Amino acid sequence: MKPVHIALGAFGLIFAVATLSPIPALAGDVQSLRGKTEIPEINPTPELTKQRADKGRFTRNYRQQPPLVPHKIAKYEIDLKVNQCLRCHDWPYNVEENAPKVSETHYTDRDGTALDHIARTRWFCTQCHVPQEDAPALVRNTFKPLQRKQ
Amino acid sequence: MTPQQENPQPGEGGFLKNLWKTLMRPSGRFSLGTLVVAGAIGGILSWGGFNWAMEMTNTETFCLSCHEMEDNVYREYKNTIHYNNRTGVRATCPDCHVPKEWGHKVMRKIQASNELYHHFLGTIDTREKFEAKRITLAKNVWRVMKRTDSRECRNCHSFDYMDLKMQESRARKRHVDALDEGKTCIECHKGVAHELPEGVYEAEREVVNESGG
Repeated sequence: MKPVHIALGAFGLIFAVATLSPIPALAGDVQSLRGKTEIPEINPTPELTKQRADKGRFTRNYRQQPPLVPHKIAKYEIDLKVNQCLRCHDWPYNVEENAPKVSETHYTDRDGTALDHIARTRWFCTQCHVPQEDAPALVRNTFKPLQRKQ
Repeated sequence: MTPQQENPQPGEGGFLKNLWKTLMRPSGRFSLGTLVVAGAIGGILSWGGFNWAMEMTNTETFCLSCHEMEDNVYREYKNTIHYNNRTGVRATCPDCHVPKEWGHKVMRKIQASNELYHHFLGTIDTREKFEAKRITLAKNVWRVMKRTDSRECRNCHSFDYMDLKMQESRARKRHVDALDEGKTCIECHKGVAHELPEGVYEAEREVVNESGG
């Protein structure tokens, strides 16, 4: 037997063992954002918390943080045709509805042109502004909000 | 006077005239009792039958027999609170779009012949045609609901029994204002069961201005 044959044989043996060994055991060791769930498994749905709207406004944790939404928005339509947030938060509606106005930065397109309507890049509010909820963090992290003397 | 004029022959004077004469002649054959009872039974049957047939056109199944309804408005409505909710109480198409009161209901049913006409014309037989027409259709419904003081909403929802304390602060404030100003449901609650049309806010103002504020 030539050394080449021995090497080939050994490789074949290792390959066979590796492929035949139970895959779920390997997959179970993988830690991902959805925890230690096997790939074919469906992880349990987290408990839904009922949003409470009358809790006042949460403070921001850092300067550029998009303000959180202090009310329910689940039924609001935001699609290519309509954005229901703007019915109160866009000028001039914000005046009659006494609602906070959308930041002026949102009326400038990406080339810096000032617009009379909200920039299309800012259309989908919920990409940044989410309803506030005192829920536990989905992923554990070490973030600490900026403490500033008022 | 000739005998012919006293006793006209069948066929003379036309069919309608003969029918009228027959109907006006007192019956010499049936007793008054028989006529009254037969009339009453016939009346009940025809009246009941009429209302039964009208109610047949007042079901969700009937509405969805047109694909325009099934493919557009019904599909959108399925994602809303009036279709699916915590307690399982539902408002189906006619609950909101057909008046409960008989007179108004018959009027609405007569108007619906225009909808049948446009169904056969194929005015909104594709999604694209429907989307293009959505703003017009929506404005029609808003106008009607404003004119009727949101009568169909109020079959279930009533300011009198609304517990404002249970509402969140935003809703409470607006409902109190609406009561003071005599506003009606549809003025704020648009797109509750269907998607809103593009340009809804301009259209909304138009409808308000038409009705004089």
